[in-house]
Amino acid sequence: MIDKTVENLREAVSVIEDGAVVLISGFGESGNPTELAHALIDHGARDLTLVNNNAGNGHVGMAALLESGQVRKIICSFPRSTHSEVFDTMYREGRIELEVVPQGTLAERIRAAGAGIGGFYTRTTIGTPLAEGKERREYNGEEYVLEDPLHADIALVKADLADRWGNLTYRLAARNFGPIMCTAAKTTIVQARRVVPLGDIPPEQVMTPGIFVDRIVEVPNPGSERAMIHEGIRYKAGDSA
Amino acid sequence: MTVAVSDRLSRRQVAWRVAQDIAEGNYVNLGIGMPELVANYIPDGREIIFHSENGILGMGPEPGANEVDYDLINAGKKPITMLPGGAFFHHADSFGMIRGGHIDICVLGAFQISAKGDLANWSTGGPDSVPAVGGAMDLAVGARKVFVMTDHNTKKGDAKLVDECAFPLTGPGVVDTIYSDIAVVDVTEHGFVVREKVPGLSFDEVQGRTGATLGGADTCGDLVVPELD
Repeated sequence: MIDKTVENLREAVSVIEDGAVVLISGFGESGNPTELAHALIDHGARDLTLVNNNAGNGHVGMAALLESGQVRKIICSFPRSTHSEVFDTMYREGRIELEVVPQGTLAERIRAAGAGIGGFYTRTTIGTPLAEGKERREYNGEEYVLEDPLHADIALVKADLADRWGNLTYRLAARNFGPIMCTAAKTTIVQARRVVPLGDIPPEQVMTPGIFVDRIVEVPNPGSERAMIHEGIRYKAGDSA
Repeated sequence: MTVAVSDRLSRRQVAWRVAQDIAEGNYVNLGIGMPELVANYIPDGREIIFHSENGILGMGPEPGANEVDYDLINAGKKPITMLPGGAFFHHADSFGMIRGGHIDICVLGAFQISAKGDLANWSTGGPDSVPAVGGAMDLAVGARKVFVMTDHNTKKGDAKLVDECAFPLTGPGVVDTIYSDIAVVDVTEHGFVVREKVPGLSFDEVQGRTGATLGGADTCGDLVVPELD
């Protein structure tokens, strides 16, 4: 019997190795797998490269993972936010490497990796400093730059419903990077609000087919990043269990 | 109800003016900050579909206090609502809509705009600034029309409409029209052409606050908007 569910968060992240490239779903706090990020802190893998649209908020979730010193580099489109003080400080002190990628290029690089595409040309960044050093090509009189696929070892993704085959749904706009990130990692680890029996998700409503998912852990009441920041909560290593 | 404004529009009035140029049926992306105001001034009876790059078509107004759900936010990370007929989709589809030319209009802010339509709005290039680009470069090259909504001058009084942008570009030759607090300016093959200016300033005064030659002295009309709260 295929059963991709695991008992707890610790087991879910146990396969993450030092030096891993880790995709983290979410846009701001919408769709961010906060509990998996905390479990990764406790798991302790180091020298990580994180990929997310942003660079974490407050002292919880991805920001706490940065603060733990386990992250060497972050690839994102928009690291600044009202509560990005952890990243801001580490960046200014030269303790973290940053690769800024336009949001659409970031999404398409992830999609390309998952779809077996060797690279693609886009007009985005033409005429800007972000195009420097990139291979160019002209199509129909317009210039394009070559972008590489962004392969990852791990994807940490937050879903709403999951079944034991790994079929997923997402809530509202929390879908954002989830479906493409699930496709682009060697191992995709999902925290789902609820694990339901096979067949409970109607086939036409499956948003990520289970073929892209490896491990599922149920997290019934995921924390609200905003509420945690408001309450001044700092993640303490060891609390994820 | 429509009154001539003396020499400067409020931000809400600039948003109102932008909204008048958005046509029935347009798919529109509003940038973070000042452009978000445009949604409040779409004329009654005109159906517009708003896109948010995190994966939404059919964004509605701000939620009431009891409807706030932080899984439903816009590109500025603020809570929103959905209109009947709205849709969610993943990020690659969302930027496919943008780069693929499916978005009719995007409204962006700017640090500088050149007479060739170059847009600089993502980085001042300063050594202390943390670079952050978001979706601006994709929108600049992908939207069928790029409207810029901006103050005509910086707080220090420097011109934002210039011959050449000093800041790093977001995209070259991408801007169609600039809606400022004193004028509506089209970017044409002959450079900036003033379509409308506030009645309280002469053409020469508008020129004096602009860092590039303006056309349209003989043809421009009055920029007239209603009083707004």
